[in-house]
Amino acid sequence: MSDPVPERTSPLVDVHTQLGASFTDFAGWQMPVRYTSDLAEHAAVRTAAGLFDLSHMAEILVYGRDAAAFLDAALAGKLSAIELMQAKYSLILTESGGILDDVVVYRLGDTTFLVVANAGNREAAFTALRDRSSGFEVTVDDQSDDYALLAVQGPNSRAILEATAGITELALPLDGLRYYRATDAFFEGVPLLIARTGYTGEDGFELYLRTTSAVSLWRALEKAGEDHGLVPAGLASRDTLRLEAGMPLYGHELDLETQPAQAGLGRVVALTKHNDFPGRAAVEAGPAENARVLVGLASEGRRAGRAGYSVLSGDTVVGTVTSGALSPTLGHPIMMGFVDPTLTEPGTELAVDVRGTAIPATVTPLPFYRRKK
Amino acid sequence: MTDKTALKYTPEHEWLDIDGNSATVGITAFAAEKLGDVVFVELPGEGTAITAGTVVGEIESTKSVGELFAPVDGTVTASNSAVVDDPSLVNSDPLGEGWLVKVSFDAAPDGLLSWDEYSALVGE
Repeated sequence: MSDPVPERTSPLVDVHTQLGASFTDFAGWQMPVRYTSDLAEHAAVRTAAGLFDLSHMAEILVYGRDAAAFLDAALAGKLSAIELMQAKYSLILTESGGILDDVVVYRLGDTTFLVVANAGNREAAFTALRDRSSGFEVTVDDQSDDYALLAVQGPNSRAILEATAGITELALPLDGLRYYRATDAFFEGVPLLIARTGYTGEDGFELYLRTTSAVSLWRALEKAGEDHGLVPAGLASRDTLRLEAGMPLYGHELDLETQPAQAGLGRVVALTKHNDFPGRAAVEAGPAENARVLVGLASEGRRAGRAGYSVLSGDTVVGTVTSGALSPTLGHPIMMGFVDPTLTEPGTELAVDVRGTAIPATVTPLPFYRRKK
Repeated sequence: MTDKTALKYTPEHEWLDIDGNSATVGITAFAAEKLGDVVFVELPGEGTAITAGTVVGEIESTKSVGELFAPVDGTVTASNSAVVDDPSLVNSDPLGEGWLVKVSFDAAPDGLLSWDEYSALVGE
């Protein structure tokens, strides 16, 4: 059967094709899954730098007098508390405390915020924000189609950005830009937002700008990266990088049925703030006593449990793997999955049913990989 | 360089290099490319009796798991230990050093595809 929904493409699709990328469908977008080798791209990000096209991500602008109060009322976190050009990881919850999306929110002005949502949740996130905005003097504006997002990730990222021709007028020098902070700049005269954020477990930057300048910025970054080991990197490496870094992926570790506390994100919900927000009562009541909890699992050998595989204790199914791969950096299988709440202690010996074979797996603290500072 | 037009193919993206009543079997470059970097290969041992269409091995990449289907009723006469030790051979040389098993059979399998038919199937 043919897919009735047309595939969406990034403004960089021709660049990817020229680079010989293999493409994959990701939330209705045709995005590069790899250019040459997932493992080489993964290693480049850990040791030098990788260049990612993340233009499928959704950019929702929230502005108006009540923007901060609105976000406090719509999201799980206290966004009114973040400073100008600070970023914060947050959640959009359902009334029942499930996770509708996980987002990064940037404060671009006193009354202007940028909410970056997952591509697959663009409509759901936008609709929830819009529906929750009634009574506030605020505009919720889905600008996803106008924004490109490029990421430079890896230890050489800063050197590459500093060497990139055309990036000018930084409000803050990059060596003074802290993690989860952003700065305004220009690229060839077009506004550019540079954020020290990422999804790889390495130092790195995410760059937001208009789609019309995306190809030009990609070329300039590639050129600046020639002397710094920069390689284009696809979504396959992004997935193994974030898994090593213990970062959840919506649709795998996070979904409508999972409360933040189950996924280890209890700290993201600001129960200290005074206002109500969707999901507050449910989160305060907490997940069911026997609700499964996210853990890391590590195995020996080379066969990794994959999303959907059962986690076993003896012959009993005690959980489900949500993400898994042979860790390129560590050389052994790593997994995230939900297990019964009595089995979360690091060192607990469990097993994963890998297509009929019970492979021993040990509960392991997240993240699996932490970069040296 | 193996002449891909001289090989036979299955719709499960395997190639067969048939010589009388035996064949060398591997996965196609198309399949290897789709899988991504292969990190684990499990193959049936020498002497294993295999039945056409059943799963007899696994080819696992960082991203996904591919299954090796028996292309014919027969017996495994050799399995490539080099590819078990270095699964990246499946990516670097899928039609050569990345071969997987050799099988012997009484009757040649039906329904194999020519290169033209296979390449039409995968749209390349």
